[in-house]
Amino acid sequence: MSGPSEYQPTHPALKWLERRLPIIGLVHSSFVAYPTPRNLNYWWTFGAILSMMLGVQILTGIILAMHYTPNADLAFKSVESLVRDVNYGWLLRNMHAAGASMFFIAVYIHMFRGLYYGSYKEPREVLWILGVIIYLLMMATGFLGYVLPWGQMSFWGATVITNLFSAVPYVGDSIVTLLWGGYSVGNPTLNRFFSLHYLLPFVIAGVVVLHIWALHVAGQNNPAGVEPKTEKDTVPFTPYATIKDAFGVSCFLLFFAWFIFYMPNYLGDADNYIPANPGVTPAHIVPEWYYLPFYAILRSIPNKLAGVIAMFSAIIVLAFLPWLDSAKTRSSKYRPLAKQFFWIFVVICILLGYLGAQPPEGIYVIAGRILTVCYFGYFLVLLPLLSRIEKPRPLPNSIADDVLSKSGKAVASVAIMFAVAGALFAGSVQNARAEESPVPPSEKWSFAGPFGKYDRGSLQRGLKIYKEVCSSCHGLSYIAFRNLADADGPGYSVAQVAALASEYKIKDGPNDAGDMFDRPGRAADYFPSPFPNDQAARAANGGGLPPDLSLITKARSYERGFPQFIFDFFTQFQEQGPNYVSAILQGFDKKPADVTLPEGTYYNKYFPGHAIKMPKPLSDGQVTFDDGAPATLAQYSHDVTTFLMWAAEPHMEARKRLGLQVFVFLIIFAGLMFWTKKKVWADAH
Amino acid sequence: MTTASSAGTTRRDFLFVATGAAAAVGTVFTAWPFISQMNPDASTIAAGAPIEVDLTPIAEGQDIKVFWRGKPIYISHRTKKQIDEARAVPVASLPDPATDQSRVKDGHDQWLVVIGICTHLGCIPIAHEGNYDGFFCPCHGSQYDSSGRIRQGPAPANLPVPPYQFVSDTKIQIG
Repeated sequence: MSGPSEYQPTHPALKWLERRLPIIGLVHSSFVAYPTPRNLNYWWTFGAILSMMLGVQILTGIILAMHYTPNADLAFKSVESLVRDVNYGWLLRNMHAAGASMFFIAVYIHMFRGLYYGSYKEPREVLWILGVIIYLLMMATGFLGYVLPWGQMSFWGATVITNLFSAVPYVGDSIVTLLWGGYSVGNPTLNRFFSLHYLLPFVIAGVVVLHIWALHVAGQNNPAGVEPKTEKDTVPFTPYATIKDAFGVSCFLLFFAWFIFYMPNYLGDADNYIPANPGVTPAHIVPEWYYLPFYAILRSIPNKLAGVIAMFSAIIVLAFLPWLDSAKTRSSKYRPLAKQFFWIFVVICILLGYLGAQPPEGIYVIAGRILTVCYFGYFLVLLPLLSRIEKPRPLPNSIADDVLSKSGKAVASVAIMFAVAGALFAGSVQNARAEESPVPPSEKWSFAGPFGKYDRGSLQRGLKIYKEVCSSCHGLSYIAFRNLADADGPGYSVAQVAALASEYKIKDGPNDAGDMFDRPGRAADYFPSPFPNDQAARAANGGGLPPDLSLITKARSYERGFPQFIFDFFTQFQEQGPNYVSAILQGFDKKPADVTLPEGTYYNKYFPGHAIKMPKPLSDGQVTFDDGAPATLAQYSHDVTTFLMWAAEPHMEARKRLGLQVFVFLIIFAGLMFWTKKKVWADAH
Repeated sequence: MTTASSAGTTRRDFLFVATGAAAAVGTVFTAWPFISQMNPDASTIAAGAPIEVDLTPIAEGQDIKVFWRGKPIYISHRTKKQIDEARAVPVASLPDPATDQSRVKDGHDQWLVVIGICTHLGCIPIAHEGNYDGFFCPCHGSQYDSSGRIRQGPAPANLPVPPYQFVSDTKIQIG
């Protein structure tokens, strides 16, 4: 992609091919001989990291699509079957879900790098605009993908985002109907979103090719912002840039693996483990963390159409950056004012992201408006002004000079800090919960931490409690009897499971006469639900619907707050769900005098709003254990919650086991890459 | 740096080989989950557990088709004539030699249980058709006899007998 190739094949077969299709020459000139500035720092490895992430997302996505069913009635269940039943399904799903966030972290670093070093300036305007297009496509793809699991956040995210288009004058409603394929978000919407989610990554890949083409025509920018003049200013792409990129990639993989194996739900929203319900909107609709700054801008504007325009403008303005900033000096290293304002802009973006996760009320709205003005002010006022008044520092004569005068080498550590900060900021999404109930106390769980395991005795006692108490109202429909004999599970034998299953009556049929009939359960059957349908469940429970418990410990959470959620990232704390479930079971109390409860509800300290439709389900002495464990409410709550955590995450032990192996490998590999990179670069310095 | 010495070169080569080897090992291990996920998942395997079939409704000369692991299983209640035909033919003359006795359970000679998938290219043969009082495959004309053995046509082997046993005189368990 950089002019005629100098590649001269020697093998006759390669010569033959080269004369007909010079593809090896193309690869050679683009990725081997291609001259790359020798002063690139580690911020430049994010291009390679992004290429890898695109590959990871496409590959894992293709595999997820092999197991996914794009149907409103089956989508949620198919994702659960993928995670529970498919070999390594949990791993592939975690890779894809966390991969989306990693992709965005990397792209934001890549974009801020371009902003800081002026990589959008002449002659790289088209390169930059192609990048903005890729970013837009990524946002669309990420949104479409988030809808597919068809949980509560998927459904309501789809509703809110598609409704943005209803702000368009005159034709807005028609556009929204067109997007939905119906009168509301439903099965046709899910189907087309799946189709488009599969399509767009390949469109991205195509634009990436153009992006790299444009890059190789204009040449890479570099931290000094001066063009390479002589051969001394550059090194060949291979091995120098390849090995440096590979080291960057291996470090990024460590960061990625932390999420895949230890914090798979840190960046997600607990509400998305509740199947989509068109009748109930979650209390706080929060988009994925990577949209939050734009979401904050949208909410800052009190007018619907103006808000939507502001939000889209916040992205579109990036495309005009090459002309808004007309300063001749590229790199902010030599622009004392631009450098300071750049970091202020970074802080503005992070704060906007924080506000996007907060409830739209009071001080948050005012702060959001101020920051929205600052955001646009940076692009539309500050940058044009700066380029006219700022007096840049003198540039180095050449890249070689810049390398020789190089002092600081802290860039890599800054890169890692930046990545961590991004992840932490992402975690603040969970901050959106309003504080009204007391926070459930943190219990000591055997499954917490990087080496956590389920307590087998606790699992078996928990199952007994579920069977004797909970199962009269709550289903456990994603758990099959056979799961009780799974590795990492309660540890029953196949024979015990068969005996347990045969105690249940399972509806089967139709038989030869066309009738449904009851038969004893088999290991392959799932726990039967206590009610034939939701309506029957509501009728029997005073209008309340007892939720299915298969995912309850992942579908419930509470606010950890700043700065606790930052520590949680490092301590791998993610037991909000179990803490909450256990607290609810123990939270029934006498109603305080000043509280009035609606009829048919009970007072619970930890339930949001305190009025719960479930009467106190467990009391001391209610269930007897064979293993001598105390028959107390605290023990019951702990055991049944442990069991339900296993039900929600049956492969947790396998996940943590594999995680340890992967980390040992990746640390060794990153170390090897580091030394290899040092050796390779030794003669270039 | 004193990379000119041969010791330095060797150390460097070793490092490159070690890094390359680690990358190759990592790639192979990473590939495994991506391949393994294509195998049948746990629910499919569980659904492939043995099934029981009641034989009482099947009259002599009739046959039924049941599904086990997604495969059609023919259960034929053979007539005396069919059994005699199957046993009269010289075993050595068959393309895939097997005695009729070896294809049924002792003492249950009237019951033939075979997987109804043509061993040629997987079509489903039709029962009670063809020249041998057995099965006829409409796809490419393979003909099986009343013991499910290949007699004529392109199929290379007899219809396979699935694993099964008699739980009682009137009930079998397949699998």
